[in-house]
Amino acid sequence: MHDQPQTQSPPPGLAIQATGLTKSFGLTPALREVGFELPWGNTLALFGHNGAGKSTLLRTLATLVRPERGTLRIAGFDRATHPAQIRAAVGFVGHQPLLYDELTSTENLRFYAKLYHLPNPASRVREALAMAGAEGYAGQHVRTLSNGMQKRVAIARALLHRPAVLLLDEPETGLDAAGVIMLDAAVRAVRDGGASVVMTTHSTQRGLVLADQVLVLARGRVVLSSSSEEVTADGVQALLAGAA
Amino acid sequence: MSAYLSAALAVYLKDVRLEARSKETVGAVLIFALLVAFIFNFAFDATPDIVAIVGPGIVWVAYVFTGILGLNRTFVLERDRGTLDGLMLAPVGREAIYLGKLLSAISVMLVVEFLMVPVFLVLYDISLLDLRFALAALLATIGFAAVGTLFSAIAAHTRAREVLLPLLFLPVVLPVIMAAVAITALVLEGDGWSAATSWLQLVVAFDIVFLVVSSWAFEFVLEE
Amino acid sequence: MADRNQLFLGISGLLFLVNLYLIFFYAPTEQVMGNIQRLFYLHLPTVWVGFLAFFIVFVSSIAYLLKRDPVWDRRAYAAGEAGVVFLTVAIVTGAVWAKPVWGVWWIWDPKLTTTFILWVIYIGYMMVRAYAPSGERGARWAAVVGIVGFVDVPIVYYASELWRSLHPELVTGPFAETGGLEAAMRTTLYFSLFAFTLVFVYLFRERFAQQRDDDTLAELRRAAG
Repeated sequence: MHDQPQTQSPPPGLAIQATGLTKSFGLTPALREVGFELPWGNTLALFGHNGAGKSTLLRTLATLVRPERGTLRIAGFDRATHPAQIRAAVGFVGHQPLLYDELTSTENLRFYAKLYHLPNPASRVREALAMAGAEGYAGQHVRTLSNGMQKRVAIARALLHRPAVLLLDEPETGLDAAGVIMLDAAVRAVRDGGASVVMTTHSTQRGLVLADQVLVLARGRVVLSSSSEEVTADGVQALLAGAA
Repeated sequence: MSAYLSAALAVYLKDVRLEARSKETVGAVLIFALLVAFIFNFAFDATPDIVAIVGPGIVWVAYVFTGILGLNRTFVLERDRGTLDGLMLAPVGREAIYLGKLLSAISVMLVVEFLMVPVFLVLYDISLLDLRFALAALLATIGFAAVGTLFSAIAAHTRAREVLLPLLFLPVVLPVIMAAVAITALVLEGDGWSAATSWLQLVVAFDIVFLVVSSWAFEFVLEE
Repeated sequence: MADRNQLFLGISGLLFLVNLYLIFFYAPTEQVMGNIQRLFYLHLPTVWVGFLAFFIVFVSSIAYLLKRDPVWDRRAYAAGEAGVVFLTVAIVTGAVWAKPVWGVWWIWDPKLTTTFILWVIYIGYMMVRAYAPSGERGARWAAVVGIVGFVDVPIVYYASELWRSLHPELVTGPFAETGGLEAAMRTTLYFSLFAFTLVFVYLFRERFAQQRDDDTLAELRRAAG
């Protein structure tokens, strides 16, 4: 069972508070005045076409990208002054598994456990691998693992430090049906522990089922921000089609 | 142990483990060092008199150019394989990553420098088995790594990394190269310690200044 | 802004003409070296301006990293570019002067070594901007190079001095012997310094304005796109 998130329980304020996030890469604007609020325990589904800014937004939330303008508070910490504390509170699963090929799954996670300065690293690693259903290949070199298996280990990596906010960028990619079930169970466990989740997905149906809130991006801008009950899958699709 | 040290050591030990397994970096760099040392033999007539004059230069040209190769690999691998994000997600200041990578760079260079000692002895009859040389080499290597770790983080993100790193690195560490060559010459001539003191002071000052400046500047380099 | 800079161009251009007159007609011919010595009045000021420009790069780089205001990056860029130009002229005029006077194009004395190293650092500074994946990262990386480079320069000078004390080979040329100059020569030198500094200021302001306009255009494109 997933424990309480690292922050105090229940934590005051909002999990994520973002206003006016703006970022360009050279001449290409990736985010334009993006803002939203995410209370604790909520899940946000992020929709948008390729290039709409979903990955950039997630990376910005993970402090991997620094916004040119705007404010960002996660778990009460201001990105401008306490980025390291934000990193302690978020778990990130991106397109890359962030694993070292020549190390085993366990060695990879032990490394991250030390990087995060976790107590009892050995048991934490076992626990995270179990949650991701990856204990079976704990001792195998990552190079030998399939994409789906690597994805599971990557998810274990993100859960290792029991983050208060989980950021998932198209997490189903590479996972088989069993993997998707594992993912949903893990997300649910994290949420039951009081944590919040932001995830992008190409499946509108899945997103709406899992999420409490919806955010739709088009060319870096927010075109829809509401609770998941107020929209339908068709509605979101139409919006995306119109924004194409 | 503080979070900062834990993270830095984690990065360093991870690099050590990876290197111990693949032996790629040390292997490639060592072969290159052997080639450089070997080629010098044909660059001039290696009589003992001439070797006495250019010996220190050969040693440090070999060490510096292999050092550049090794330095390039500290970040290029992480970036190309996408694992740099993993380091960037660490809940510590960027100085911790700098320290970890600094230790990795120093280790690779020291290993190669050490393994080359018998090579120089055999090829040129240059004996580097001297404690003073070891101290000078250690201090010089720290200086190279202090600047090189910072610049290799920059170069690794560009298209022209093989050219950019030496271009940025060599002019800045020139004082260290001068000091290393001068001290090596003094050691080979069998001179007293006192002659080397001012050079050693220079290297120590260089090391301190650039360890501080580089670790401060590092976060500005990695951020996206 | 544009008008003021045109004024600058006018003044510095005029002063430069006066400077040329002073150099070639007013200043007396040096006894030992002859007319080639006049290059000195062109050479030394360009060295001075080159170092001044790098100091501006250093200060602007620190300000940019701390405040992230693009104004500082533009200043650093303008100063860096002008600095490369001036130092190139300095090295070339120095070599042209050296060959007939010393018999060699170049010697590795502390001042020349430091000037050359500074020039290479400048080149690296501009290259980093050129090879960076985006303008903003290029600006940041260049700022880091500018700071590291500037801190390094005095260390390079000191190391070269130390090296020379171990290998005293050549007699230093009359590079820094401003004290040994006649009054007329000194006047010419200082005037030349002043004229070159004004030319630098003009180039700096022009480039800065160009950068600012480029950035404004990019901003407009981003907002529209």
